[in-house]
Amino acid sequence: MKARIPVLAAVLLLVVSGCSAGSSASVSAGPDTLSVGFTAEPANFDLTRTDGAAIPQALLYNVYEGLVKLDSQGRIVPLLAKSWTISPDRKTYDFQLQPGVKFSNGAPFTAEDVKFSLLRVQTDWTISIKSTMDVVDHVDVVAPDHARVVLSKPSNGWLFSLTSRLGAMFSPTGIADLANKPVGTGPYVVAARKRGDSVVLKANPAYWGRKPAYQTVVLKYIKEPTALNNALYSNGIDVISAITAPDSIPQFQADDRFQVVQGTSNSEVTLAMNNARAPLNDVRVRQALTYAIDRKALLDTAWAGRGTLIGSMVPPTDPWYEDLSNVYPFEPAKAKALLTEAHATNLNLRLRIPNLPYAVSAAQVVQSQLADVGVRTTIEPLDFPAVWLKQVFTDHDYDLSIIQHVEARDITTFGKPKYYWGYDSKRVQQLLAEADSGTPEQQVADMKLVARQINADAAADWLFLFPNVIVAKSKVTGFVQNQVSESFDLTGLAPR
Amino acid sequence: MTARVLRRVAIFVVSVLVASIVVFLFMAVLPGDPAQVALGVNATPELLAKTRAEFGIDRPLVTQYFDWIGGVLHGDFGRSYVTRDTIGPQLLDRLGVTLWLVGAGMLVALVIAIPAGTFAAVKHRKAAGAGVSGLSQIGVAIPAFLAGIILVQIFAVQLRWLPSGGWTPPDQDFGEFFRGLILPALSLGLVQGAVLTRYVRSAVLDTLGQDYLRTARSKGLRPGQALVRHGLRNASVPVVTVLGLQLATLLIGAVVVERVFVLPGLGSMLLDAVASRDLLTVQGIVLVLVVGVLLVNFVVDVLYTVLDPRLRGS
Repeated sequence: MKARIPVLAAVLLLVVSGCSAGSSASVSAGPDTLSVGFTAEPANFDLTRTDGAAIPQALLYNVYEGLVKLDSQGRIVPLLAKSWTISPDRKTYDFQLQPGVKFSNGAPFTAEDVKFSLLRVQTDWTISIKSTMDVVDHVDVVAPDHARVVLSKPSNGWLFSLTSRLGAMFSPTGIADLANKPVGTGPYVVAARKRGDSVVLKANPAYWGRKPAYQTVVLKYIKEPTALNNALYSNGIDVISAITAPDSIPQFQADDRFQVVQGTSNSEVTLAMNNARAPLNDVRVRQALTYAIDRKALLDTAWAGRGTLIGSMVPPTDPWYEDLSNVYPFEPAKAKALLTEAHATNLNLRLRIPNLPYAVSAAQVVQSQLADVGVRTTIEPLDFPAVWLKQVFTDHDYDLSIIQHVEARDITTFGKPKYYWGYDSKRVQQLLAEADSGTPEQQVADMKLVARQINADAAADWLFLFPNVIVAKSKVTGFVQNQVSESFDLTGLAPR
Repeated sequence: MTARVLRRVAIFVVSVLVASIVVFLFMAVLPGDPAQVALGVNATPELLAKTRAEFGIDRPLVTQYFDWIGGVLHGDFGRSYVTRDTIGPQLLDRLGVTLWLVGAGMLVALVIAIPAGTFAAVKHRKAAGAGVSGLSQIGVAIPAFLAGIILVQIFAVQLRWLPSGGWTPPDQDFGEFFRGLILPALSLGLVQGAVLTRYVRSAVLDTLGQDYLRTARSKGLRPGQALVRHGLRNASVPVVTVLGLQLATLLIGAVVVERVFVLPGLGSMLLDAVASRDLLTVQGIVLVLVVGVLLVNFVVDVLYTVLDPRLRGS
C-alpha cells in the first residue's frame, strides 16, 4: 500500500502533462476556423416565431440576409437590394435586386421571394415586433430582379426595420423546418449544433458576394462571465463577442495576446420611473431624482467607467443624436428644493430591479445618492426575466426600476401610454407619428424634439449607454465596433 | 429476498409519483408566466393569451398534471416552451453528459479514497496516517465549484494544458473528450474523495479490530495481507452505503460543476429551464434526477444482500 499514493500522483501528472501536446488546437483547429464566445444561446433557429436577441445575433447577415443592412455607423446600406428608389409620396419603394443570388438549398433568389418573405411576416410570424410590417399594403413582382413594395402610409420606421430580422429573405422551398434548418442567402450555413454548447457555421460555397475569410465559425455559448474569460485565456475561443464583466478588461488590455475593441451600442441603462402613479406622476419629483443622481459616479461603480453618458433615449449612432447629458447636472440642493416645492419630502420608493449584476450595482448607487436628498428607497431584486417581466413590465407594479433597453430606436416606446413607463404625452405621440411619415430631414428634426421633450419631462433617468466591448486574439480583424444591428456580423472578420 | 425486492420496487414507484406531484405543484406556484418569458418585452395581451393556449397552461392544473404524467408514462416528456422541441431526446442527451461526469468523479473519488483511507487506518498511530486524515479534513471543507475554479486557474488559464470548459462527445474525438473531462472530474472527485477517505478509514479501522483478523494474523499473515484477504469485503459494506448517499450529493455537485466548466449536462439544462420558466423541461429533468437517486438507493440495498450474507435471511 505504501508506494501506491506517490505512484498514483505520478500517473495523474503524466496523464495531464502528456495531454498538453497540441493542446492549443482545442477548438481553433486551423487558421480557417474562428471560435466566438457568446453568453446567450438561441433557443432554436426560428426567428419568425421565437423572440429574443440570440437568434438574430447568430443568424442575421451571416445566414439570413435582407434587402438592406445597417453598417456600424447606423446607416442603412444595400445588401440583397443593389439600390432602391422612393416615390415622392413616400409610399412606393422600388428595389433593384442583386443578380445571381441563390439560397443555400440551391433555389434562386428573385422578386417572388421578396414578396413571399415580406407578406409572410404579417401572416405567419408570431414574434411581437412584427407589427412594424403591418404598414405594407402589397408587394408587386415587376421583374425577377425588381420588387415594388407599396405601403398604406409613409413610414421611415419601416425601411429601418428591414435591416432587422423582419427583413430576412426566405425561400418558399426553405421554410419546412425553420427551428432546425435555416435556409438563407448568406455567406454561412448552419452545419451543426450542440445544445447547451455551440453552433457551427460553415462557409456557403455558392455565396454570391465576397467570400468570408473563415471557412468555419464556431459560436460557443458560455453563460458565466468568468468561464467566458477563461475560455479565451486557455485558447478555447478566439473572441468574446461582448464583455459582461467590465473589471476583467484591463487584464486583457495588458496582455499582448489580446486586443480590446470598444464601441457603442443601442443599450440604454435606464432608471425607469412610474410616471402614472404618485408621487412620480409629478414632473418636479422626477426632475428632483434626476438632479440627485451623479451619473458619472454611477457609471464608474456599475460599469468600471466604461460607457457613455447620453441623457436621453438616443444612442450616438442614431441620426438625431444630441448630447443631453448635461441638462440635469448633479445638484442635490436643487433636488431638495424641487422635492419641497412638490410637497414630497418624506418619500419611500420601491426600486424593483432585475437580479442582474449591472442593475444591482447601479441600484446601490441610486439608493445612497437618493438618501442624500432625503428619499428612501427599498431595493427589491426580482428574478429576471420571469418575475421582473410579470411584476414590473406587465403589471406596472413598481415606483423605480433599472434595466437596459436594448432594442434599436426604442425611443418610440415613449409614444405608448400603456408601456410600463406610464408616460402619456400627446406632443410626443404627435411628433413620433410625424417623424415616421415625413422626409428624412423632417424625421431628424422631429426626433430631436421628441428626445428633448422626454428629457424635459424627466420621463426617465437615462443613466448611461452600455459600451460594446469585444475582446479578441490580436490576430483577428474586421470587427463591427458599434453594436447597432441585431446581428453579430461575421462577414468582415479576417486573420491579420 | 423476493418479497424484500418487491417491497423496494413498490416504495420506488410511490416515491416517483409523489415527487412528480410535488415538482409539478412547485412549478405551478413559481412566480412568472412562461408565455410572458417566451414572448419578451414586446408581448401584447392577445399574443400572450394565444401563447398560453398554445402551451396549454390556461387549462386547470389537474388536467395539465395528468396530461403530463400520462405522456411521461409513455415516454413522451412533451415539447419545450422555449425550444419548441421534444424534451425526451434532449434529456437523454444531457443525461449522458452528466453520467460521464458523475461516473468519472466517482472513479476519481474511489481511486483516492480506498488507498488513502486504508493507509490512514493501518498507520493510524503514525504521523503519516494522521497526515492523510488531516488532508481529508481540508478536502471535505472545499466546495466542488471552488476546487473547479482553482483547477481552471492553474491548468487551463496559467499552464494552458487542459481546456477550461466545453464538451466533446466521446464518439467524435475521444482524446478531446478525455482532456475535457479531466478537470471537471477532478473537481468533483477530489472533494468526494476526501469525504470517502474518512469513511474508508473508519471502516477499515473497525475491521482491523475484529477477532477474525487477529486469527488470520496468528496464522502468520502480515497485517496488510490479512486485511486484503479477509477484511476488505467486510469493510466495504458501510462504504457502499455511504457511496450510495454520496452519489446523490455528486449529482448536485455536478449541477454546479457543469456551470463552471460549461458542460451541456442535466444541471446546466435545469438552470436554464428554470430561468426561462420552461416548466415542462424543469419537470422532466427533476423527475429524471429523482428517479436516478431512488435507483441508486435501490441498487445499494440489493448490493448489501450480496455483500453481507447475514442480511439474506431477513
